Amino acid sequence: MNRTRSTTENRLTQASLIAAALAFLAFFLLLPLIAVFSEALEQGFGAFADAVNNPDALAAIRLTLLIAMISVPLNIVFGIAASWAITKFSFPGKSLLITLIDLPFSVSPVVSGLIFVLLFGAHGLLGPWLAEHDVKIIFAVPGIVLATVFITFPFVARELIPLMMEQGKDDEEAAVSLGANGWQTFWHVTLPNIRWGLLYGVLLCNARAMGEFGAVSVVSGHIRGETNTMPLHVEILYNEYDFVGAFAVASLLALLALVTLVARSVLEWRFDLHHEGARH
Amino acid sequence: MIRVQNITKRFGNFPALHGIDLDIQPGEFIALLGPSGSGKTTLLRIIAGLEFQDAGQVLFNGEDVSERSVGERGVGFVFQHYALFRHMTVVENVAFGLNVRKRKDRPTKAEIKTSAEELLRLVQLEGLGKRFPGQLSGGQRQRVALARALAIEPKLLLLDEPFGALDAKVRKDLRRWLRDLHKRMGLTSVFVTHDQEEALELADRVVVMDHGRIEQVGTPEQIYMEPATPFVSYFVGETNRLPASNGTETLHIRPHDIEIVETDGKPVLVDNVFRKGGVWRIEGTLAGSDQIIEIDLPADRAAPEPGQSVHIRPARSKIFTTNANGVQP
Repeated sequence: MNRTRSTTENRLTQASLIAAALAFLAFFLLLPLIAVFSEALEQGFGAFADAVNNPDALAAIRLTLLIAMISVPLNIVFGIAASWAITKFSFPGKSLLITLIDLPFSVSPVVSGLIFVLLFGAHGLLGPWLAEHDVKIIFAVPGIVLATVFITFPFVARELIPLMMEQGKDDEEAAVSLGANGWQTFWHVTLPNIRWGLLYGVLLCNARAMGEFGAVSVVSGHIRGETNTMPLHVEILYNEYDFVGAFAVASLLALLALVTLVARSVLEWRFDLHHEGARH
Repeated sequence: MIRVQNITKRFGNFPALHGIDLDIQPGEFIALLGPSGSGKTTLLRIIAGLEFQDAGQVLFNGEDVSERSVGERGVGFVFQHYALFRHMTVVENVAFGLNVRKRKDRPTKAEIKTSAEELLRLVQLEGLGKRFPGQLSGGQRQRVALARALAIEPKLLLLDEPFGALDAKVRKDLRRWLRDLHKRMGLTSVFVTHDQEEALELADRVVVMDHGRIEQVGTPEQIYMEPATPFVSYFVGETNRLPASNGTETLHIRPHDIEIVETDGKPVLVDNVFRKGGVWRIEGTLAGSDQIIEIDLPADRAAPEPGQSVHIRPARSKIFTTNANGVQP
């Protein structure tokens, strides 16, 4: 884009704005990141490795991966289905659905967790029935999955809805007019059109699924080696003054964030390229 | 033969089509012409099966296809913005309709490749098969879209504003090319346009539409020379509309149907004169009113000067009752 004269600030203003932004970023993002890694490695790499190798830590890592492996695919399916429905059809209650998709963003995660306790907890609505049939949801893995799915369901849909709206339904109509059935249309036309946006949404969804604290904390019960995810494990260790342990696990989460960030930039770059290709 | 019978369609509160009847003969090239909101695209999409009517039938060779989906109707549809699959090469785009067929109906890979290449030759895009749509010009994309639609050997070809997104020069070349192609293939075709010149140049018959109704169906000659309604007269070609002296009728006169005479005509004050292609275009005002008149004068005649007063007489005119059809366009 060409900058016109009227939108160009003078050099001093430019420099001070950039400096302010950089200082802000350094203080709030870079410094904490450095602190996490330096605390984790304070007593040498051996202590760091021991902390990560601890059976409870390993159990937390496994649980976190399991939760992500269940909730991310669920939300891919939900996200695609919801955006497809919203952008390709018109039906009563459409705008309500759009609003509801945003609900997890506007509700405090703690409240989200509490909803599930109220539904499935021992004194909850369905609690007695569940106890009778020996099904454990709260303070067990199913509860954590439920809370995580709830918290992360906007990510894929939010990414896809604007993209699919912009693309319209011409391509799908063209495919159908050429004799393609619904599945062929989705697989050969829609999915390739949305793949970069979808991947981007999945990435954000995954990062949140692994990092969620509030909602998971309410439903987990904090049973070591059983219902502790990585973020919960970090908190427990920290409260027990095991700083090396806490920061070691935290550094893994920070690493995940960094990888997500890099992958995100790569995707954005591909995404733009792809979009540009479509325009010219 | 394609028969459209009493088709009605509403979008919410907006009535898009009221009781449309239309017969299309085999091999005909039909233009649906009208301003935006006239219902022409909706009619095309209903014939295709991309949209479904609230009432009425669509018949292909006497068979009611109203309930059939677009895929089952076997029509080729060319979209205004091409709707090419941008992640597929040109050849893959053209072959798509054959590749998605059920296994028992699907030609072999080699056959598909051969027919895709043949089609690319037909649309003069040989050698561009490996490119992606993003690497083609607008006119080339439009021809890929056409080849892709023809690949399924449709009984009927439908084109939605086929030249709408192209610039003037390309548009004219492609228009001529499409007319030749239609002549060679003899495929029944219907296209939608808001451009009267396009409709008159290409079509065997023109269907003029306004506000969800058909105003007139006829050959380009009939549409231009014998407009059935004031709307057609006004929308197709240029027309001067003058109130007749009795007050209940309006005269429609084409600019080239006005003669300049020595005496006995109506006096007109010349405001502006300019060269319009092969004629002089004179813009004037009818003396004693603010009625603007446009006159075309053969270029070999001397043009009057602005400010001059001339006398005019209509050589040919069409009289419509004022407020025929309820409204004056």
